[in-house]
Amino acid sequence: MMDLHTKTLTELAAGLDSGEFSSVELTQAMLDRIAAHDEALNAMVTVTGENALAAAGKADADRAAGNIGALNGLPIIHKDIFCTRGVRTTCGSKMLDNFISPYDATIVERMANAGAVVLGKSNMDEFAMGSSNETSYFGPVRNPWDLERSPGGSSGGSAAAVAARFAPAATATDTGGSIRQPAALTGTLGIKPTYGRVSRYGMIAFASSLDQAGVITRSAEDAARLLGVMAGFDERDSTCIDEPVPNYVAELGDSIEGLKIGIVRQHFDEGLDADCGARVKDAIAAIESLGATAVEVDMPNIDYSVPTYYVVAPAECSSNLSRFDGVRFGHRAENAEDLFDLYCRSRGEGFGDEVKRRIMTGTYVLSAGYYDAYYLKAQQVRHLIADDFKKAFEEVDVIAGPTAPSPAFKLGDKVDDPITMYLNDIYTIGANLGGFPAVSVPCGFVNDLPVGLHLVGHHFDESALLRCAHAYQQATDWHRACPEDFA
Amino acid sequence: MSLDKDQVQQIATLARLKLGDDEYAESVEKLSKIVDFVDHLSEADTTDVVPMAHPLDVAQRLRPDVVTEPNERDHYQENASFVTDGLYLVPKVIE
Repeated sequence: MMDLHTKTLTELAAGLDSGEFSSVELTQAMLDRIAAHDEALNAMVTVTGENALAAAGKADADRAAGNIGALNGLPIIHKDIFCTRGVRTTCGSKMLDNFISPYDATIVERMANAGAVVLGKSNMDEFAMGSSNETSYFGPVRNPWDLERSPGGSSGGSAAAVAARFAPAATATDTGGSIRQPAALTGTLGIKPTYGRVSRYGMIAFASSLDQAGVITRSAEDAARLLGVMAGFDERDSTCIDEPVPNYVAELGDSIEGLKIGIVRQHFDEGLDADCGARVKDAIAAIESLGATAVEVDMPNIDYSVPTYYVVAPAECSSNLSRFDGVRFGHRAENAEDLFDLYCRSRGEGFGDEVKRRIMTGTYVLSAGYYDAYYLKAQQVRHLIADDFKKAFEEVDVIAGPTAPSPAFKLGDKVDDPITMYLNDIYTIGANLGGFPAVSVPCGFVNDLPVGLHLVGHHFDESALLRCAHAYQQATDWHRACPEDFA
Repeated sequence: MSLDKDQVQQIATLARLKLGDDEYAESVEKLSKIVDFVDHLSEADTTDVVPMAHPLDVAQRLRPDVVTEPNERDHYQENASFVTDGLYLVPKVIE
């Protein structure tokens, strides 16, 4: 019973199936780990021990009665951006410090119906705005590989929790790289599905034309299993697409013989740490040796990705976050003089610096006189970038490159310069702008810090990404490496 | 600096954000950096390019205009700071 935390979700499912251990025993073991180790990491905002043990008891009873859901008895963690009925949902913000969600997000509901056991809610950059987890109202998460370093963001809590073996999987969200960059920096696997693939009902909105829900695991097999439960049409999300969900697990084993991989030259320019680049090139060579072929693809507009994103995302955030007015829910300032003062002070007190900065950037680019020069222009450039991807996908099945420009950086190192921080997502943002699915797969180490391989696929072709990642993980064991202090 | 304090003050007002006096200097500096950075977009040739409306080039789905949600006002209002008789309370608007 000692090493339950070292097992993947798929291995734990087998253990539950064979009766080796019960969900209650498994859940207690994971809760004990969180209790012992989270003081060092700060990966969790809320631990829901009682609920988890009750859900585990129910899962065990369901199993005994022959009612065995796809995730029966398996422990997971939800990013604190997903609404969980009756449980505090903070989105990493003072604004929602006391918010008890009155309903469940669709994916929370679907995973619970499949029998999953929720251990708690993970820490994150405030409103998912950040790439280091340092913007969280609840303090930064620390990277299990080096506690002085950032686990990335915004899903840093989910990534750190999976890397430290608090749970085999955690949900996450990605607007510009928030699943993939923390996965890369913590040696985990993170998948952002196609825009519209997974319901966002009950997922607190940041930038609605970019946001998508996904999952962080250690193996591609686990991600396939979870995505099968999460994906699919939901009439409560008007942006959710009604496309059939393939059996991702069944398709994992398909050969990657003949798979064509595109390489974008600019992704290996001087902005990339040379050692990271070498690990990524090794990984691409390894995938070629499994039967894939790599060719260079031209993406002339890709260098505009980050500035395009930093117009579109703040614009949408300034609109989405206008709902926080101090009246219906969220932080409310005391002794306001009038309604205007109530709005301004509730928002001024409730939001942190980076969130305010993005709201103001968005307000500026949408304001009279600047709309055409910034917002309209960015939406045009966005079209050019999306077309670059579409053209590339006429020739190749996946585009491969680095997930992040460097391994995990030290906490405090980039926090004073927003542009340096924004450039962390230089390789991941393109997939969001075009709505494409993408995954980060652990592919080695630089100075004992993990490096991620980034794969982008065509719309609704998550299977190609998972298949490629799975084949690579069958041939390598980077995803099995565990930070020393959390073995 | 591409933005000055007056402009930032105006943006903050539009965004309904009260900034502390100590927050202005930093906001002017950092917002100016961001604006300078996104100004690179002006170098892109977008002649005859249609602005992107949706990542998947599909139209927004519509649903029939029928009531589907149950009334859960009391439950939802548990998160509000000030409520009376099912109404949200705010500072006096009309004298």
